[in-house]
Amino acid sequence: MRTVTIPFLFAVTLLAVTLCVTPSQTQAAAAGVGADAKATEASQPPPVATPEQAATKAKGANTFNRLMKPKSERNPAQAADGIHDPDNPGTPQLQPPKEAFSSLATSNAGNYINWVQSLKTNAVSPRYDRLDPNAEALILDLDIVREVKGSMPDVVYPHDRHTAWLDCSNCHPDIFIPEKGKNTISMAQILMGQKCGVCHGKVAFPVSECRLCHSKPKATAAKPK
Amino acid sequence: MKRNKNVGWVRPGMGATIFRLVVCLAIPALVAVAIMGSSPARAEYADIVINNYSDAAGMRPAIFPHWFHRIRFRCKVCHADLGFKFQAGGNEINMLKIINGEFCGACHNGEIAWSVDNCDFCHSGKPGTKTQVHGSTVQKLLKPSQPAK
Repeated sequence: MRTVTIPFLFAVTLLAVTLCVTPSQTQAAAAGVGADAKATEASQPPPVATPEQAATKAKGANTFNRLMKPKSERNPAQAADGIHDPDNPGTPQLQPPKEAFSSLATSNAGNYINWVQSLKTNAVSPRYDRLDPNAEALILDLDIVREVKGSMPDVVYPHDRHTAWLDCSNCHPDIFIPEKGKNTISMAQILMGQKCGVCHGKVAFPVSECRLCHSKPKATAAKPK
Repeated sequence: MKRNKNVGWVRPGMGATIFRLVVCLAIPALVAVAIMGSSPARAEYADIVINNYSDAAGMRPAIFPHWFHRIRFRCKVCHADLGFKFQAGGNEINMLKIINGEFCGACHNGEIAWSVDNCDFCHSGKPGTKTQVHGSTVQKLLKPSQPAK
């Protein structure tokens, strides 16, 4: 009996493998047709891969990226996000982020939402007061330029974009002394969640977005030697 | 342990072969599940897990989604008017305070937002998840040196 069953199982496995492989073979064959059409005048197909074939190959090889997740994996629903419990009855009832974000301005980091832009264009209209939906924000239009050491552009701190969300008391005087020259700020502090890092790198756009703060080129720009 | 039962297409003596086949298929499947299971969480940036008392009380940890709330309220409403400190787990929130109208209870009272009887909307975290600001720079930088609890 064994002599019969082993070839039978082998045949089944082979069939399954063939079925799995077929689509990619078909794709390869389709790519081959295009290549052949171009090479009709030559008696033999060219030995070097055509650009089309190279592109097909590169697609597969270039998908590896250990740090940057593909866009399709961003903003997953709660049940699949790794911190929510999918077995919790309330989890599937929560609004999926993608649904809320569909109409908002996008960015390259954080929630992948440009919150400042979304507020500016009224894509979101969050209340400024817990109870009063018509309360207007107190906006302070004052840019602070901080000259930085090293080669990075200087930092421009715009009060207007911050006061659109926050109250003066959120930052002054505990985080920043409201006086010129009284605050020492380093990237090390920010990375460790102090100073600007109280929000940036936690909820506001992360520190990977260097140029959103370091936005003013130095007056004495590097001259070519 | 000799089985003489003849069930359909399974013939006597085939058991070992089927076992081998199942093992061959199951091992890669388990490895795949293990790899997928160990992948880091991809929850939203600034999701706050608060697990000060939840685990000990037999509740799932609470998760506060910043993104959902900042669509509805400016930062200032909670962090200036309601007195939430900028620190995950640093506000020592408990259900008594919430029912008394402090912290989450300022809105989650059945008037501005749904009431506290919807336990599992907040207490929705995987049991054992530590208090954290999900996706924060500090979390990313300090993670490797933190002792596993």
